[in-house]
Amino acid sequence: MKPPPLRLLRPASPTEACALLAEAGDAGRALAGGQSLVPLLNLRLAAPEVLVDLNPLTELATLACGTGALRVGAMVRQRTLERDPLVRRRLPALPAALAHVGHLATRNRGTIGGSLAHADPAAELPLVAVALGATVELLGPKGPREVPAAELATGFLSTCLEPGELLVACTFPLLGPTEGAGFAEAAPRAGDFALAAACCRLGLDPEGRVAAATVAVGALGPTVQVVPEAAQVLLGSPPGPARFAEAGALVGASDRLDPPASLHASPPYRRHLARLVVEEALAEAARAAQAARNGSPSREDRREEEHGA
Amino acid sequence: MTTLPPVSVPEERLDEGPPGRWLGRPTPRLDDEPLLRGSAWFVDDLAPWPGLAEVAIVRAPLAHARLLGVETAAARQMPGVLGVLTGSDLERFLRPLPSVLSEAIPYRPIALDRVRYVGEPVAVVVATDRYRAEDAAEAVELDLDPLPAVPSAHAALDPTLPPLHEGLPNNVASDRTLRYGDPDAAFAQAELVVRARFQQPRSICTPLECFGVLCRTDPVSGDVEAWSNFQGPFSLQVVAAQALGIPPAKLHLRTPEHSGGSFGTKAAVYPLVVLLAACSRALGGRPLKYLEDRREHLMAATAAGERLSEVQAAFSAEGRLLALRLDLVDDVGAYVRAPEPATLYRMHPCLTGAYQVAHLEARCRVVLTNRCPTGLNRGYGGPQLYLALERTMAIAARRLGLDPAELARRNLVPPAAMPYTTASGGRYDSGDYPAVLALALERFDWAGKRARARAARAEGRLVGVGLACVVEPSVSNMGYVDLASPPEVRARRPAKSGNVEGVSLAMLPDGTVQLRTTTTPQGQAHATVLALVVAEALGVDPRQVQVRAGADTAVGPWSISSGNYSSRFAAVAAGAAWQAASALADQLRRLAAQDLGCHPEQVLLADGHARLVDDPERDVPLRRLAGRAHWDPASLPPGVRPGLSLTHHLAIPDLPAPDAQDRANGSATYGFLCDLCEVEVDRGTGRLEILDYLSVHDAGRILHPVLAEGQVHGGLAQGIGMACFEQLAFDPDGQPLSTTFLDYLCPTAPEVPEARTVFVESPSPLTPLGAKGLGEGTTMSAPAALANAVADALEVEEVPFPLTPEALWRVVHGAEG
Amino acid sequence: MTRSIELRVNGTTHRVEVEDRRLLSDCLRHDLGLRGTRVGCEHGVCGACTVRLDGQAVRSCLLFAVQVEGQEIQTVEGLADPEGPLHPLQEAFHRHGALQCGYCTPGFLLTAAQLLDELRAEPNPEPPSEEEIRVLLAGNLCRCTGYGPIVRAVLEQATCAAGADPTEPSGEDRR
Repeated sequence: MKPPPLRLLRPASPTEACALLAEAGDAGRALAGGQSLVPLLNLRLAAPEVLVDLNPLTELATLACGTGALRVGAMVRQRTLERDPLVRRRLPALPAALAHVGHLATRNRGTIGGSLAHADPAAELPLVAVALGATVELLGPKGPREVPAAELATGFLSTCLEPGELLVACTFPLLGPTEGAGFAEAAPRAGDFALAAACCRLGLDPEGRVAAATVAVGALGPTVQVVPEAAQVLLGSPPGPARFAEAGALVGASDRLDPPASLHASPPYRRHLARLVVEEALAEAARAAQAARNGSPSREDRREEEHGA
Repeated sequence: MTTLPPVSVPEERLDEGPPGRWLGRPTPRLDDEPLLRGSAWFVDDLAPWPGLAEVAIVRAPLAHARLLGVETAAARQMPGVLGVLTGSDLERFLRPLPSVLSEAIPYRPIALDRVRYVGEPVAVVVATDRYRAEDAAEAVELDLDPLPAVPSAHAALDPTLPPLHEGLPNNVASDRTLRYGDPDAAFAQAELVVRARFQQPRSICTPLECFGVLCRTDPVSGDVEAWSNFQGPFSLQVVAAQALGIPPAKLHLRTPEHSGGSFGTKAAVYPLVVLLAACSRALGGRPLKYLEDRREHLMAATAAGERLSEVQAAFSAEGRLLALRLDLVDDVGAYVRAPEPATLYRMHPCLTGAYQVAHLEARCRVVLTNRCPTGLNRGYGGPQLYLALERTMAIAARRLGLDPAELARRNLVPPAAMPYTTASGGRYDSGDYPAVLALALERFDWAGKRARARAARAEGRLVGVGLACVVEPSVSNMGYVDLASPPEVRARRPAKSGNVEGVSLAMLPDGTVQLRTTTTPQGQAHATVLALVVAEALGVDPRQVQVRAGADTAVGPWSISSGNYSSRFAAVAAGAAWQAASALADQLRRLAAQDLGCHPEQVLLADGHARLVDDPERDVPLRRLAGRAHWDPASLPPGVRPGLSLTHHLAIPDLPAPDAQDRANGSATYGFLCDLCEVEVDRGTGRLEILDYLSVHDAGRILHPVLAEGQVHGGLAQGIGMACFEQLAFDPDGQPLSTTFLDYLCPTAPEVPEARTVFVESPSPLTPLGAKGLGEGTTMSAPAALANAVADALEVEEVPFPLTPEALWRVVHGAEG
Repeated sequence: MTRSIELRVNGTTHRVEVEDRRLLSDCLRHDLGLRGTRVGCEHGVCGACTVRLDGQAVRSCLLFAVQVEGQEIQTVEGLADPEGPLHPLQEAFHRHGALQCGYCTPGFLLTAAQLLDELRAEPNPEPPSEEEIRVLLAGNLCRCTGYGPIVRAVLEQATCAAGADPTEPSGEDRR
């Protein structure tokens, strides 16, 4: 299990990386953390002649929190983001999801951009990015462009990236004062790819009724699926278990899903798990939204205070 | 290394015998430091010869096909390639590996004209390094004509599918029905007959280190030198030599100091030794190195075969188990690789489990499938038997309206019956099974937990408790595999029996002790235990005892039964070391008696000195005695051999070859354990949570409590893995689906619960130290105990296996309509 | 095609010629002779080959040697001075019986070492729970021990690193 012959190029800038990728064409791949790509190389399931190593590009490893958004450079390591105090406070669904991504050692090396660009539908980050309405920044031979995270993946392990194009950052809008998000997943063991995962966002009106909702699920089709019908049933009522169950049932039965058959879960079981994770993610989102609305500190804040961070 | 006092005696021991100075105490392992610092030598660390070339194996991509051609021209042209060898290039150096079952199933380590499982070797690429070898392996092209595959044990029983081997009429390689007592009469009298079917998939113990072989041949003499992380039994060294057409003495096989786990699997390395030896020979004696990678390991190394079982159990109205009828089908894969079909017969002497049952009928079928050959995996037939037997007992208890513990109690072999001969010839040597059960029930609070589980179920939770009573055989009788052949066939062959281990022991002139044996440990700390055994007998510090337990067939001492399998170490190897050290102690006492002017029986060996029993102030250091034995042999008294060294072999008694009635005492000694567990199934996800697990284990005298507990917990983790996570899956064409660690799920730290263990010690009357094996008991018991708990939780008789979340969810979902 | 690179491992700089595709695990083991890094799956799941890269535990089978020039690599050989006493984690593994075959041990040690260093770096660290330790170690497979003694050894050392007194280091009361 050794990788095939390849050339590893180490660009000095994102622009140079794009040029090298463009030059290599189909024979080239960008190498971020390598936690998905290198296993494929070792198994010889992928054989690019050229790898453009993004690890030297420290300018892609920056994390910036503005007033309304969190901009995460593509080369920010998953564990860096997971442990960032600001992120834990302002966007707790993100570290909650990241805690499910592989293990300590793979999160140390794995990157945000790498996970998004790999576009595995069972991965946690693409799901969170879609559910939270994130935007990805792409840089290519024709210059930069922005794409909603929901439009990044075009199919199983495939994206809208053009030849020579590089994902350089992902910007997550921060939640509003009456918003909350929740993440839940079912996996065979700790750290495994999800069999079903959900990330939900809820916004409450002044009376505490659901005014805005997003329900998105992963591992249930070739890409992350947003299920607007499920969000729709939540609107106008206070969040509660009955509504969550209704939304979960709608997701489980949705035509939008195309759950894969795999060794560890059949499509019907995945649909069943979809209901459960949607209910759980909605419950967490509602808790977070209500806490935000009441001005009480979120669970993460409390945890940080307890830890004295 | 500074030796801190041990943290604790982490397990509890009852009926503890008089403590030894060293034995039975939690002395820290003596061999940890090289492992902790990373300096230990494993097979991939070796480079015994210059010019070592590396090997990649081209493997069959289809489960069943005619191999019409292997195109190697392109591969030969690749950079760094030193040779590409196919079956036809190697045929002249290879004979089929001998099998106990049938000459009509020729097995070679490389395919000639037909491939019979995915991963079967079809060509060997030799290159300057593994990267280049893999590059060239990709360039080898195979011309394959697909044949219908036999992908499962069920398919192997289908007479319409073509036989895998031309000489066979179908894919049933052996079909024997063995009867003991009068099962028909017993069934006719029964008040209750329970009939249940079970299916267990393939699995594999996956040591963290895969297989490895380094090999060279001498182009002139044909001698083969090999290093491998092989684990024995060394009968397979003889098999390998036969396949190479050389006498065993010309196959010099050595094992590295350390092996990264085996759990039985590395018995299956030997065909790779044969393959590499043939390749080296074909390449003029070039030294070769092959390291299996993880995908190859999961695809084609070995496996615990699929088992189909049907049990019929006849009970009286009072719940006495009167008779058993078993129909067992064991999938051995595409070939019968020695020591198979031993999985099917290893438990034969214990088919009636821990129960007193006089009447037994067992139909035993060995079937061929288009999957890799099976072999030793921890438990070896035990998890298969006990899932079926202990589930059947639990079903019977339910139907009889009895607590399963009460049903077990009514049927356990009573202590008064010890030593107890089972219907099929096993001789259980010691133990008080009902007492162990009673202790386990009390410690677990079985009655309370059972009542609380019932109450929890009334509230809608899926909580249950399960029990498994398991007899754990250890130290295999080398003759039991012959049960696969009928008595009239056996009568024509030389008999096989017993189990032998040898040790060589010497005291050097400075008083250091050297011990050599061939138990090929793979993490069990044999060196520590043997040092403690010798220290106990000689009254020296264990750090003064140097132990080499790896194999070197040129040096020995070894016998065909040497090796690390059937949990044989504590009984036979430690026993042989004890006897050898006692003999050496006798020599030292004679020497000391001369110095101290007394009778040898008045000499006590302790703390590195020989002392007068009645006057301990009068002593002589052992090193002075040792120095004399080496430097001044002229002074030695009668009966003391110069050099203070001896080689000793131990054969545990009472292990004859199977008799004409097919009775066989398949193992030297038999432990007993009773496992109890409490589980909850999540109604939503089907996920199983183990709330509590207790194992009460009687493995005779415990030589080292911490190491013993390590074996019990490690065995349990593998039993849990087999019960809940691990499964080698195949598609209908025989393609393996679990070929990476992303698909083959081993339990990780969060999935293995803390379990409680209690040791009870009923010394074996047959082994020198009273010890029995204990490495496999919990692997045998856990699947049964967990399945019983799940059945209780779900209040069903049929439970799926393995107990995966989806499978359990389907049961819950079905039950709830 | 090979290139000459400089690798800094356990405080020593090594110059080595490697192909671009050479895995760091192979380079450490076979080019630099640091055999303590074990290889168990070569697809990033088993954790046996874990080393630390600038303090972070990483899979050396998922890195190319040419990628880590200029970074500080720590392998198991670098945990303790070869001539000196064992690292406290190694000592704890020894005392708790946390290894059998020892093949997975270096990976566990280096994963746990990162955790200990992170705890020491925190101003007010809280000792992790057993459950948290189990999750942190879930990326390392062990087939021998059933994990219990490993978890206890790491828990004891993590408790020390967090500045607390490991009041239950013995495991006697662990149940």
